[in-house]
Amino acid sequence: MNSMFRPLLSDQPPLFVYMTIEGRPIRARSGENLALTLLQAGFSHTRLTPVSASPRAPLCLMGACFECLVEVDGRPNTQACMLEVREGMSVRLQNGARRAESGDDA
Amino acid sequence: MTHDLIVIGGGPAGMAAAVAAGALGLNVALLDEQHRPGGQIYRNVGIADSSVKTLLGADYAAGASLLAQFARARVDYRPGTQVWDVDPARNVTVLCDNRAECLSAPHLLIATGALERPSPVPGWTLPGVMNAGAAQIALKSGPCVPEGKIVLAGTGPLLLLVACQLLAAGADVTALVETAPRGNGISALRRLPRALTAPAPLIEGVRMLAKLRMSRVRWYRHATNLKVEGDTRVSALCFDAGGAHREAADMVLLHHGVVPNTQLTRLLRLEHRWDDAQVAWRPVRDEWGASSRPGVWIAGDGAGIDGARAAQASGTLAALAIAHAGGPLGEAERDRQSKPWWRILARERAVRPYLEALFRPPKWIGVPTDETMVCRCEEVTAGEIREMARMGCAGPNQAKFFSRCGMGPCQGRLCGLTVTQILADAHHTSPQTVGAYHIRAPIKPVALHALASLCATPLEHASDREFSE
Amino acid sequence: MVIGGGVVGMSIAYGLVKAGDKVIVLDEGDDAFRAARGNFGLVWVQGKGAGNIDYARWSLASARRWKAFGQELESLAQIGLELKQEGGLRPAFAHADLDRQLHEMAAIRDAIGCTYPYQPLDAADVRKLVPSAGADIVGAIFSPMDGHVSPLRLLRALVSAFVRLGGSLCTGEAAQRIIPRTDGFEVVTMKRSVRSGRVVIAAGLGCRALAPQVGLEAPVHPERGQVLVTERMQGFLPYPTPHVRQTGEGVIQLGDSKEDVGFDDGTTTRELGRIARDAIRYFPLLDSVNVVRAWGALRVMTPDGYPIYEASRECPGAFLVTCHSGITLAANHAGAIADWIRGASEPSELHRFKANRFHEFHVQTATQ
Repeated sequence: MNSMFRPLLSDQPPLFVYMTIEGRPIRARSGENLALTLLQAGFSHTRLTPVSASPRAPLCLMGACFECLVEVDGRPNTQACMLEVREGMSVRLQNGARRAESGDDA
Repeated sequence: MTHDLIVIGGGPAGMAAAVAAGALGLNVALLDEQHRPGGQIYRNVGIADSSVKTLLGADYAAGASLLAQFARARVDYRPGTQVWDVDPARNVTVLCDNRAECLSAPHLLIATGALERPSPVPGWTLPGVMNAGAAQIALKSGPCVPEGKIVLAGTGPLLLLVACQLLAAGADVTALVETAPRGNGISALRRLPRALTAPAPLIEGVRMLAKLRMSRVRWYRHATNLKVEGDTRVSALCFDAGGAHREAADMVLLHHGVVPNTQLTRLLRLEHRWDDAQVAWRPVRDEWGASSRPGVWIAGDGAGIDGARAAQASGTLAALAIAHAGGPLGEAERDRQSKPWWRILARERAVRPYLEALFRPPKWIGVPTDETMVCRCEEVTAGEIREMARMGCAGPNQAKFFSRCGMGPCQGRLCGLTVTQILADAHHTSPQTVGAYHIRAPIKPVALHALASLCATPLEHASDREFSE
Repeated sequence: MVIGGGVVGMSIAYGLVKAGDKVIVLDEGDDAFRAARGNFGLVWVQGKGAGNIDYARWSLASARRWKAFGQELESLAQIGLELKQEGGLRPAFAHADLDRQLHEMAAIRDAIGCTYPYQPLDAADVRKLVPSAGADIVGAIFSPMDGHVSPLRLLRALVSAFVRLGGSLCTGEAAQRIIPRTDGFEVVTMKRSVRSGRVVIAAGLGCRALAPQVGLEAPVHPERGQVLVTERMQGFLPYPTPHVRQTGEGVIQLGDSKEDVGFDDGTTTRELGRIARDAIRYFPLLDSVNVVRAWGALRVMTPDGYPIYEASRECPGAFLVTCHSGITLAANHAGAIADWIRGASEPSELHRFKANRFHEFHVQTATQ
C-alpha cells in the first residue's frame, strides 16, 4: 500500500517513538502529528463512516473536518490531527460507529 | 471573574492581543486548542527546521518574532485547552487534560481565525482529497509532503502559494486547475489601483506565477465540472477547461479561499452579516473589534479575511480598546499607541478587494450539483437539501432538522456555508435572509463525564421528574 | 386552514387533507421557537394521567392507533418513521420513587376501564433486559404499551404526505391576526391575507395571542427542556426510557430538564451537567461517549400540563389544539381530532380539556 505522505529530511537527526497502529508496530518521529503518522505509515483511510461504511481520510488537518477520527488507547472517535504521537500509543482505525462497551472492557 | 481578559485562539491576532494587554497590566488568559502557539498560519514556527522555514518563505518565518514576544509576555497561556461553552455573561467553560474548568472575565476576545472554505465537488470525500491548506500544515508539522502525483484545484492566493511550496519541497505537482470564472479578471481591475498603493503582496504574487510558469506543471484556467474519480481512494481529477480533461492523481488538493470561523460568534448569538465580496459570513464589529454584545470582541481573520499581519494589528488594536474600556488606558494614550497599527492595517487591507475579486470562487462551489455530498458527517447530498427547500424549509435549521445535515461531529463547520447558499439559490433570496445554523454548546464534541463533572447540584431523585415526549 | 406547522399542526392538517379537505398550513420561518425540535420521540403511555383518567385514556387510545397511523403515513410519504412499539422502561434510582410510581400505575389501571399492562422489575430483571443498566438502578416499570419514533422523520413524513395529497404548506408566514368573517375567517400574515371556512390554531406558544381573537383562550407558557445528543453508537438500548433513548441511527438522546426561563432556548452548563450525570448513572458505558449537540427547546405547557381541545362558540369553525405530547397524540390528532374538526361529534375524553378549567384552578389558588 503506497503511503499518502513521505517525510522530508530535517536539519537535525529525528528522535523516534515506537507505537502500534492496527496492531502493526510503527516507528514515528517524536512529537509528530498522529494524522500525518497514519498517512506516512501506509494507511489510506482513518475511518469507515457509520452511515455507509465509506472510507475517509483527513481533509483539513486542523480539527475542523472530523474525518481523522480514530481510536487512541481505547478511546474511540478521537481526532488524530489534534494529537502528537507518544511512545507506546496504540491506535486503531475507527471503522463504523463506536462500540457500546465501558472503558474497562475495551 | 478569574481574569481581566480572556483571549480565545493562539494565532497572530490572539498572541498580539495577549502581548499588548499583558504589557498594559491586564491579567490575560489565552486559551488555545493547539499544543503550541502560532495558530495555523504560524503553526510550529517556533520549532521548525531552517530548511522548512526557507521552503515556506519569509512570511512564515516572520511569525517567529511574534512568537518570541508572546513567550516573554505576562500571559496565563493554556495550550491543549478546548473551549466548549461560552455564555452571554462571558463564563468560559473549558476542557484540558480531561478536566473541566470555568474562567470568566469582563472582556472576551474571540481570535479563532479562519477555516478553509469547503470545496464540495463529486468525489470529494475520497481518501486522497485534502485541502491545499492541509498540505501546508503537513509541511509545517511533519514536515512531510504528499507522495505521488499531486493535482491542485480551486482558486486563491493560498492555492498558488502551496503549489510553489510543494514544488520547492520536491513534491510531484503535475497540474494546477484554476476554477476562477472568466469574469473575475475584469471586475478585479477596478480594484487594482488601491492594491497598487501597497504592492508587496502583488509583487510576491507575480513571483509565484513566474515560478509556476517555469515549472512543468500543467496549468488550466476557468475549469468547471470538477469530479474526483476513484474507488477507495483518489485516482484522477476530471474537469472541463476548453475541452474535457482527466488528470491522474494520487492526491487532489482543493482550495477556494478561507472564511471566518464563526462557531463561537454564532454560539454567542452575535450579529452577523453576509459579505458578498468574501462570499462568507462576518460577525459585525466596529473598527476596534467590539461586537454586537458588550464585552465581547473579535480580532483577526475571524472577523473578515485580511491575512496574518493584519490579524496582528487587529489583535493589538482590540487589546488597546479593551484596556481603555476596562480602565487603565486613557483615550489619548490609546490613540497614540494605536496609530502605527492603523497604518499597518490600512496597508494590509489595500490589496484585499483586488484579491477577493480576482479569486472569487465560482458559484457552483457554493451551489453544487445534486449528486455532490454536502454534509460529509451525515452523508447528505445537495439534491436532498434542495428537496428540503421544496418541502418548505426556509433556512438551514429546518433543513438540518429534516435531513440531519449539520448534525454530525463537525457541527456544521464543513456544510454550513454550502447549505445556506443552496437554500438561498433555491428560494431566490439572499444568504442574509436565509440565515445560518444555530450553534450551541458543546462547541466541539465532549465526553459525557466531562460534562457531568460540571454539575454542581446535589443528587436528586432523577425519576421524580415527569418526562415529556 | 391550520396555523402552525409543527407536529400538532401537521398531524391535524394531514388528517384533514387525507379525508378530502382543501387545507393550507401557515408556518413561521427558520428562526421560530419550535417545540417540535425538543421532542424526545417517545410514544408513551405509562404513568400519564395519574391525576386525570381521561388523559390516560386519550394517550392509550392514541398509542394503540399509532401503528396503523404510522404504516399509512409511511406508505403515503415514502419515508420510514423508525417506529418501535416493543415496550418502554421507566428505571428508578430510589425505592421510594418506584413504589410511588407503582401506586400511581395501579390507580390508573383500576380506573381506566380497559387493559393497562405493565410489570414491575427488580434490579436483576432490569439487567437481564438491558445488560448495560447501571448499578444505581434499583428497579423499573416495564410496559408493552410504550415505544418511540423518530420525531424528525415523523414531521418530515407528515409534511411530505400532506403536500403529496394536495395540501399547501406556507413557511415564513407567521399568522398575526385572525379576523372572523361571515363566511369563515381571514388570517393576516406579514405577506398577505388568507381566507378559509375553518381555522385550527395549533401554533404552540403562538396560541396565546391568537386564541382570544376567535373567542378562545390559550394560557400556555414556555417550559424549557434541554436535550443532549451523542455520536452514533452500536446498539445497546433496545427500549426507550423517559430520559435516555437510542435512535434508529444509533445516536443516544438524553434529557431533559423542566425549566421556567421565559423565551430563552439556550443551554446551561449546570443543567447539561445534570443530564450527563444522570445518564451515566443509568448506563455507565455512556461515561466516555461524546456529546455532539445540545439544545434547549421550549415546550408548550398549560398550567396543569394537560391539553386544550376546544371549539369556539363565539366564532363557529375556529378550533384550538394545544398539548405537549404531540408525538404520542399524533395518531389521535390525524384521526379523531381531524374528524371532529370536520364536524364529527367531539370525542368523549375531550370534555375535560377546555380552557375554563383554569379559571377554577386560579380561583382555588387564590383562596389558599
